Amino acid sequence: MTLGMRIGVVTFPGSLDDRDAARAVRIAGGEAVALWHGDADLHGVDAVILPGGFSYGDYLRCGAIARFAPVMEPLIDAANGGLPVLGICNGFQVLCESHLLPGALVRNDHLHFICRDQQIRIESTTTAWTSSYAAGQEIVIPLKNGEGGYVADSATLDQLEGDGRVVARYVGINPNGSRRDIAGISNARGNVVGLMPHPEHAVESLTGPTTDGLAFFTSVLAGMVNA
Amino acid sequence: MSRHVDTVADATANSDLEQPYAELGLKPDEYARIREILGRRPTSAELAMYSVMWSEHCSYKSSKVHLAQFGDKKPETDVLLVGIGENAGVVDIGDGWAVTFKVESHNHPSYVEPYQGAATGIGGIVRDILSMGARPVAVMDPLRFGAADHPDTRRVLPGVVAGIGGYGNCLGLPNIGGEIVFDSSYQGNPLVNALCVGTMRHEDIHLASAKGVGNLVVLYGAKTGGDGIGGVSVLASETFDEGGPAKRPSVQVGDPFMEKLLIECTLEVLHAGLVEGIQDLGGAGISCATSELASNGEGGMHVTLDSVPLRDATLTPEEILMSESQERMCAIVTPAKIEAFLDICRKWDVTADVIGVVTDSGRLVIEWHGEVIVDVPPRTVAHDGPVYHRPLARPTWQDTLQADTSNSCARPTTAEQVTSTIFTLVGSPNLAAKTWVTSQYDRYVLGNSILAQPEDSGMIRVDEVTGRGVAISTDCNGRFAKLNPYDGAKLALAESYRNVAATGAAPLAVTNCLNFGSPEDPAVMWQFSEAVRGLADGCLELGIPVTGGNVSFYNQTGTVAIHPTPVVGVLGVIDDVALRTSMAFVNEGDVVLVLGDTYDELNGSEWAHVVHRHLGGLPPRVDLDAERRLAEVLVEAARTRVVSAAHDVSDGGIAQALVEMALRRDVGATVAVPSDVDSFVYLFSESTARVVVTAAPHQVEALESIAAQRKIAAVRIGFVTAPGSELCIDSVFGETVCLSLAQLHDTAEATLPALFG
Amino acid sequence: MARVVIDVMLKPEILDPQGKAVEGALSRLGLAAVTSVRQGKTFTLELAGDVDDTTLAHLHTLAATLLSNPVIEDYVIREVTA
Repeated sequence: MTLGMRIGVVTFPGSLDDRDAARAVRIAGGEAVALWHGDADLHGVDAVILPGGFSYGDYLRCGAIARFAPVMEPLIDAANGGLPVLGICNGFQVLCESHLLPGALVRNDHLHFICRDQQIRIESTTTAWTSSYAAGQEIVIPLKNGEGGYVADSATLDQLEGDGRVVARYVGINPNGSRRDIAGISNARGNVVGLMPHPEHAVESLTGPTTDGLAFFTSVLAGMVNA
Repeated sequence: MSRHVDTVADATANSDLEQPYAELGLKPDEYARIREILGRRPTSAELAMYSVMWSEHCSYKSSKVHLAQFGDKKPETDVLLVGIGENAGVVDIGDGWAVTFKVESHNHPSYVEPYQGAATGIGGIVRDILSMGARPVAVMDPLRFGAADHPDTRRVLPGVVAGIGGYGNCLGLPNIGGEIVFDSSYQGNPLVNALCVGTMRHEDIHLASAKGVGNLVVLYGAKTGGDGIGGVSVLASETFDEGGPAKRPSVQVGDPFMEKLLIECTLEVLHAGLVEGIQDLGGAGISCATSELASNGEGGMHVTLDSVPLRDATLTPEEILMSESQERMCAIVTPAKIEAFLDICRKWDVTADVIGVVTDSGRLVIEWHGEVIVDVPPRTVAHDGPVYHRPLARPTWQDTLQADTSNSCARPTTAEQVTSTIFTLVGSPNLAAKTWVTSQYDRYVLGNSILAQPEDSGMIRVDEVTGRGVAISTDCNGRFAKLNPYDGAKLALAESYRNVAATGAAPLAVTNCLNFGSPEDPAVMWQFSEAVRGLADGCLELGIPVTGGNVSFYNQTGTVAIHPTPVVGVLGVIDDVALRTSMAFVNEGDVVLVLGDTYDELNGSEWAHVVHRHLGGLPPRVDLDAERRLAEVLVEAARTRVVSAAHDVSDGGIAQALVEMALRRDVGATVAVPSDVDSFVYLFSESTARVVVTAAPHQVEALESIAAQRKIAAVRIGFVTAPGSELCIDSVFGETVCLSLAQLHDTAEATLPALFG
Repeated sequence: MARVVIDVMLKPEILDPQGKAVEGALSRLGLAAVTSVRQGKTFTLELAGDVDDTTLAHLHTLAATLLSNPVIEDYVIREVTA
C-alpha cells in the first residue's frame, strides 16, 4: 500500500516538467507534494524529485543557479542522510552542480537540442528508484535535452562503473555524446539518482511512447513500504 | 545638457514646424488627418505613435475592407465566445472548457535574424494567447523557405528551427505540428508563421479593455530597452549623447525564461481575480497597449512614462513609447487589489510598475518629466486608422498560366517508371521526412500531447479526467493558390479541415495567416481579395467561423511576389482522446480502403513540381460538401472505433499517403490499383476529399456502412501485412511494384540531414 | 567603484563542440591557418567600493562555485581596476 507516501517535486523558476513528475507520482499511487524553490523546507516528504526544465533559463550553466536555491540546503542534508532524490534532466544537472553526484552535463556534441524516444538499459536495480526493474532491462522513454552530455574524468568514470553506480546506459544510439553512453548514475548509497531521459513522460500509453518509465516511481514507493 | 522634449505645449505654440512624417512612413494625407484630429501638429511622440499604429502591420489598412467578409459571412454558430477583433478568438469546446488559438507571422525579422526573428515570433503569439486568460499549451509552426539547396536557405532554416526550439522548449510548450515547405518563390522571403493554442475555463476569459475610472495601469515583465526601434530613431537622431548606446537595434531579442515567468505570474494573478483587463505588448509596444486598452475601455488613460522601468537609461520618451522589448504585459488593476498583484509579481521575480490610471477623459495623455508629450483620442490611434481601397487587377498572366496544364508533362507508363517516381518524390525536400527539424522540438512537455508531427493533426488532451481534447492542423498549398487564389484558399481550408477530421476530431473553428506580396501591386491585391473571399465563402459553407488571424504583406523581392499563401488553421474537438485515430499501419490483416473519389488532377501537384518543374493549369476541384460528409464519416468511425488508421491524401497523392502510413511504425501493406483507372493517375493525382483508412476485418463493413450513409465512396484496395514487410502495389500498369520499407525509410530520412547537417 | 573581469574556459580535456563549430566556420571563411578554437565566457563585475583582500578572496570563492564549474571549467580573475 502506497497511500500516503509523499513525494516532493521541486519547482524552480523555469522548471517545466514538474507537473509531469507530479502526475507520474500520482499514477504510481503516491501523493505529490509541490515544493517551492524559495522555501527552505522539505515538509516531511519521503522522497524528492528535481524535475526537468530550464531552471533560470539555463543561464550561466544548466542548474548552476538553482543549486543555490533555499530548498537545496535541507535537500542536500536529507540526501546525505539517505532521503531518495531523483534528478531528471535539469534535475540531474542540479545534482551535479551541487556535488551530490560526480561529473557534469555539457552541451550535446552535435550542438542541437534533441527530442527522441530513447532506448536505455537499466544497469543497476539496487537504487531507490530502479528496484522494480530487472537487471539489464531495456526500456524506451523520451529524451529531450540540449545539454545532456555526461562527462567526468577517467578515474571517476572507472569508479562509477566499478561500483555499479551507472544506473542507465544509452542503447543503440548515443544521443548526446555522453561518456561511456551513460544516461544515469547514482551516489554510493543508491538513494540519489540522476537521469537524463524522462521517465515521467512514459507513464501513460496515450501520451508516451511506452509506459516503461512508471517503474521509477513505483520503485521508490515500494521502497518506502519496505523501509 | 539634456535634449529638449517636444511637448503638447510646443506643438500648440509652433504648429508649423516641419516634421519627418514621410521618413516615418506616413503619407501627406495621413499626416494632414492627424493634424485635423488633434487641431495642431502632433508632438514627436504622437507622430511616432501614429506612424507605427497606422502602419500596414498594425492597422491592417490594406486588408480591412476585405477581412470584413469574415464577419459579414460568419456562419451561424454558438461556439464563438470571443470573435475577431480581440487578441485571439475563443471557442467553446464543451464541458465548460474554452480554447483560444491564433496564428501570426514574423516573416521579415526571420529573414534578417533567423534565430531571434523566429524566437520572438513564438514569444509574441504566446503572449497573445496568454492575454486572453488562457494557459498556452502547444505551438505549431507553418514554415516556408526558398529552394532547399540554395545557400541562403542554409543560412535561414537552421537558425529559424533553432530559434523556435530554443524559445518554445524553454517556455515548456510542446511543438505538435506545422509544415516545412521549400519553394523558390519564398527565396529572400521566408514565411515564419507561429501558432499557439491555449486552454481555459469559460470564466477565465479576459479582454483587453481598461475599465473602471481610477483603476491602475500596470506594466510588468521585462524592463524596456531599445529593441525594435529601428525607423523611429529618426526622431532621436539628435540624441546620441555620450555614454549612451550608440545604436538602436532593430532586431528584437527574446528571453524565454522571462516569458516563462510571465506566463506563471500572469496565470496566478488572473486566477486570483486580480485583473480587470489585460493586454500584451507586441508591435508598437507601450503606445499600442495603452491606446488599445484605453480605446476598448472607458476611453481615457493617463500615463506617466517616467514610471516605465528601463534597461537603458538613455532612451528618449519617443523611444520608450515605441520600444518593442519583448516579454512585457500590461494589466488593469483596481487600487484595492494592486498590493496582492505586486506580491505575486515579486514571488515570481517579475518587475512590475504602476505607470498610469484609467480616466474618463476620452483622451490618452502621456507625461514625461512633468510635461505632457501625448494627448490624443485613443480610438484614432488604435482603431480608426486609415482604410485603403487598394486597386485590384487580375494578373494579365493568369489566363496563360491556367491554360498551361500539366498534360504537357510526360507521365510514367510502366511499373518501373512508377517505382522510380515514388522514390524521387519520397526523397524530394517537401515530402522527405522532417525529423531533422522536429527532433529539435520538445513534443512531450506538459504531458498532454496525444498526437504530434508527422500525424495529420496535432492533438492535445485538455481534460485529464474526461479525456476531452482538441486537434489542430495548418495547411496551405501556395502553388494551388497561385493557379487560382479563390480556390486555393478553399483548398487550404479543405485540407486543414480534413486533417483534423482524419484524427477523429470534429472541426470547429478557423484561424488564418495570409502571406502575400505587396498590396501596392494590383495583381497581389487581387490575389488577396480572391483568397479572402474564398476563405470566407468556404467557412460559411462548412459552418465554421474564422476566429481571428493575421495578415503579412510585402513578402516580395523587387517586383516578384511570393506565391499567394493563405495558411489556414482549423481547430477541432474530440470528446475523448482515447478514441483518436493515428495514421500508422499497425495490425496485420487490417483492410486498407480509400475513401473519396480520384480524378485526373495533376496540375500544381508535387509530381509536376518535382519531376517536371511545372506549375500551370487549374488546381484540383474543391468540393466542400464532400469534405464535410467525409469528415462526418471519419469522426463517427473514430467514435465507434471501427477505423484503425486514417491519413489524408494530399501532396504526392495516394502513393505518398501509403508510404507514410507504412513508414510510421514500419509495417507494410499489399494493395492494388483499381482496374478502372490509370495507374499513374490513381497513385499521384491530388484530388481532394480523400483519405486512406484501415479497418479490422470484423469492423470494415461497419465502416463501409457509415461511408455509404454519407454518400462517400469507400473502395477496398488491400491489406496491412506483417511488420517490416514491403509495401506492394499490384496492377501498376499490369505489374506489381514492391517497395522495401528500409529503402523508403532511408530515402525519406536522408534528404534534410544531407542539406542542413 | 571597481571593475573586475573574470574569464571562464572549459578545461582543456573537455570536448568543446561550440569551439569546434567556430573553428570549422573560420576555416570555411578562408582562415585555414586557425588550428584550434576554444569558446569561453567573460564576466564583467562592477562593484561599489574597492577590492580589498577580503573582497578578492570572496570573488575567488564565487568564481569557483557559481561563475565556473570546477569539474569542467577553469577561471582566471583577469583584471581588477579601481
